[in-house]
Amino acid sequence: MTDPDHSKEARFYLAGFGLALTLTLVPFALVHWALMEGRALAITIAVLAVAQIVVHLRFFLHIDLSRQKREDLQLILFTVLLLAIMAIGTLWIMGNLATRM
Amino acid sequence: MSTSNLHPGLNLGDHHGEAHEGAETIVFGFWIFLMSDLVIFGLVFASYLTVANPMGMAGGPGPEDAFDLASIFAQTMILLTSSLTFGFATLAMRHERGRAAIARWLGVSLLLGLVFLSLELRDFAHMIEAGAVPQHSGYWSAFWGLVPLHGLHVAVGCLWLMVMLAQMATLGLIPVVKTRLLRLGLFWHFLDLIWVAIFSIVYLGGLMP
Repeated sequence: MTDPDHSKEARFYLAGFGLALTLTLVPFALVHWALMEGRALAITIAVLAVAQIVVHLRFFLHIDLSRQKREDLQLILFTVLLLAIMAIGTLWIMGNLATRM
Repeated sequence: MSTSNLHPGLNLGDHHGEAHEGAETIVFGFWIFLMSDLVIFGLVFASYLTVANPMGMAGGPGPEDAFDLASIFAQTMILLTSSLTFGFATLAMRHERGRAAIARWLGVSLLLGLVFLSLELRDFAHMIEAGAVPQHSGYWSAFWGLVPLHGLHVAVGCLWLMVMLAQMATLGLIPVVKTRLLRLGLFWHFLDLIWVAIFSIVYLGGLMP
């Protein structure tokens, strides 16, 4: 149990867990105690969610910016680009139709 | 093949030999599957968002009539903890702590996954009681298309976990079992990532003051 690599990597997972936990507790507290409202709350929840997703990618899925043979990061970014075109396009068109109705 | 410049992230380590080298392409291939799954989830989220408004609810029950924030919070904590325990299972495998140590962490993750599913099913039963059924409105159709899709993934993950526990017991820690466990780990962490989007958009977004 005294393997230095093991405890270093375990601490890495625990650090990710701690960050993710904080980024979860804050938005739940904001909604539960109604500490914010309206657009400001929506933007805060969105920013915290994106931050938590980055934490999960970094600490649990081990995606980082290092030069690597396995081009996970490019794959993820390209997928997100395609998804953004399709999802934002959907919301744009449907929102436009709703206002014209 | 040189192993010194392999991906630094979720890997087994040089001392795993064949399984470590095989992990390179196998894990990347699994990432491609995960990203296609992400596109499916993303578009289901987009269709959910187009009906998450009073028009989409068609005068029927809204989120505040059907969601229970305390239960969602419990599910979030359980899924997050299961991600950590699965991480410890991966570490036990990387550092050759033996089958018992890996099985113990996998068992804890499986248990947490099953508790998550039972809480989610209880929530779904309450929603049905509140009249929040898919045929009621576009909003509830989209909800039932999105959240149970994630639940189905978690159920498949639990099944996969049981299969891997059985394979570890019968086949031992052979290279193919190790790389399957790596892929299951990616799947498990990925589902937790999708859940972040679900609780932020669907539940917190729906119950926002």
